[in-house]
Amino acid sequence: MRGNLRALGTGVAALAVGLLILAVGLQLAGYDAGAALAALWDGAFGSWRAFTGATLLRSVPLILIGLGFALALRGGALNIGAEGQFYAGAMAATWMGVHVGGWSPWLALPGVALAGVLGGALWMALPVLLKLRFGVLEVISTLLLNFVAESLVSWMVQGPMQEPSGIYPQSAPIVDAARLPVLPGTRLHVGFVVALMAAGVLAWIFARTWWGFRLRALGEGPRAAEVSGRVRPGRTIAVALFGSGALAGLAGAFEVSGVSYALYQNLSPGYGFTAIGVALLARLRPSAIVLTGIVFAALEAGAGAMQRDAGIPAVAVYVVEGVIILVLLLGDAAARRGVKQQAPATIVDGAG
Amino acid sequence: MIDPLSVAADVLVAAVGIATPLALAATGETIAERSGVVNLGIEGAMLFGALGGAIGATVAGPAAGLGAGMLAGVLVAALFAAVAIGAGADQIITGTAVTLASVGLTGTIYRKFYGPAGVGLSLPTLPPLPVPILSDTPLIGNALFVQPATTYLAVALIPLSWALLFRTRFGLALRAVGEDPSAARAAGIPVRPTRAVAVLLGGALAGLAGATLVLAQVGTFTERMTAGRGFIAIAIVVLGRWNPVGAGWAALLFGLATALQFALQAAGYKVPYQFFLMFPYLLTLLALAGAVGRVKAPAALGRNEGQR
Repeated sequence: MRGNLRALGTGVAALAVGLLILAVGLQLAGYDAGAALAALWDGAFGSWRAFTGATLLRSVPLILIGLGFALALRGGALNIGAEGQFYAGAMAATWMGVHVGGWSPWLALPGVALAGVLGGALWMALPVLLKLRFGVLEVISTLLLNFVAESLVSWMVQGPMQEPSGIYPQSAPIVDAARLPVLPGTRLHVGFVVALMAAGVLAWIFARTWWGFRLRALGEGPRAAEVSGRVRPGRTIAVALFGSGALAGLAGAFEVSGVSYALYQNLSPGYGFTAIGVALLARLRPSAIVLTGIVFAALEAGAGAMQRDAGIPAVAVYVVEGVIILVLLLGDAAARRGVKQQAPATIVDGAG
Repeated sequence: MIDPLSVAADVLVAAVGIATPLALAATGETIAERSGVVNLGIEGAMLFGALGGAIGATVAGPAAGLGAGMLAGVLVAALFAAVAIGAGADQIITGTAVTLASVGLTGTIYRKFYGPAGVGLSLPTLPPLPVPILSDTPLIGNALFVQPATTYLAVALIPLSWALLFRTRFGLALRAVGEDPSAARAAGIPVRPTRAVAVLLGGALAGLAGATLVLAQVGTFTERMTAGRGFIAIAIVVLGRWNPVGAGWAALLFGLATALQFALQAAGYKVPYQFFLMFPYLLTLLALAGAVGRVKAPAALGRNEGQR
């Protein structure tokens, strides 16, 4: 419990420092910081419509990808290829969504989601293979595959999956049966509910299952876990990485079946990297990832309003996101120094 | 009537131009990674180098632009070094955060300096400097010997960095730190300062790469203009097997892939040019798997243990 409070404290502090730096920076640059923050708030929380249709809608991919990042990092693996897995999932889901005409939504929707999950997991197959067989750092392989995925999407939307008229670089729209229903009175699709459920399941796995315990043991000290003989590190980390890819793939599927209804290039505005901040700010705790996912989504939703209403470039919020992560890293480093024992395996340090 | 030879020569010219910033950044990252540090923040350092280059060139001309770009790159690398080496935080996550913050800061500063986006900024690009006689070589003459000064600089830096890494005492210390920090420290090598110097050198070259992108290639700055080139440089380091010479060739391969893709698109061929773009990445993955020669990363790459 004290750990939770402490985590909450550092999280809030990091967010506050990030926003403070934004405000001071904007003021120094000659903008009206008060108006900027007001516009940011309005764009994110100012109305029910903004909250559900902008903030919560954007939080879905961030929560799902953040959960996936946490799943891998709990075991000590860094998946920075969520962009690639997101696109792999989006491609698979789009293919499914275009081809399920005549299906009942009860079949089409799970089909599309499953396609996304499989696509994302499949995109993780090569990094897992390279890691287990050749000891290749998953950081490098997943990063490289981001570029491959982007090129593949570019080819798909101008080649095999291009819309029938062949003019626009996008896929045909997915059929109605494959479109996620929205919650009444909003633009928010039911993927949000699924993201909440995924967080619950992951929290349960981490806290209550033997597998979750082994994963954490692995993340806190691969050598110790291996020597104790109870953990097969290869298999455990492979499952975690596949799960990580699957969650990113699901995020891609929901983006297609709940928001864009077609495959485009640049479907993701960098969710894969933003979600790293989401997971870290939450200290890799699934329930907290729901919260931090909404916070980061609010920042990005509010950024648009800030640019529109206060003339401040929307990209400024990336400074906040970067500063939040840096403050957390520095806070952890200070805590490690304070404890002075063996590093208390704070998760952010997990990859060693 | 298209002369195949002249088309090929043009593609090579473009390839070398595209490869130049990649080679600069990859040379710097090779030095950093040899000391055991992966700096994903070089994407941010490059972006800041590009902005520094644009501002410097606006104020005081292209040479000042290159200097300002380098300085900006060093500053970004210093932030990374303070967190990842000074405080001992995870390198990958620190690099990601530094890049995120750089995207935001450069975008904001750019709009502050040059007004809302959309107002085109046009900078004088560095002129090509033909090398007499050699520039008349058929096919490769223009590609190798009619290039802006930055390309010659990038080429010259390859053997220089190689010599620094493999023929100097400092290089030996740097590589020792990258292979086994604990042993290096026992031998009296200061691990953190050595790594910090390597990272700052990498930042300087990444900044120069960004300025080169602006002043020798594009002629303007736009938000997020590096578009992942810093990450590409990291792939190039791998494909170049953590050796500046290898990185030079790998950068050329990436440049060639991009140039070919442009040429094919311009010629209106209905070929899936995206596969040209994918090819170098797939080759890098193969190289990692040991299928294309043996690749061995510095043993302590990405690890902070044993720093002190």
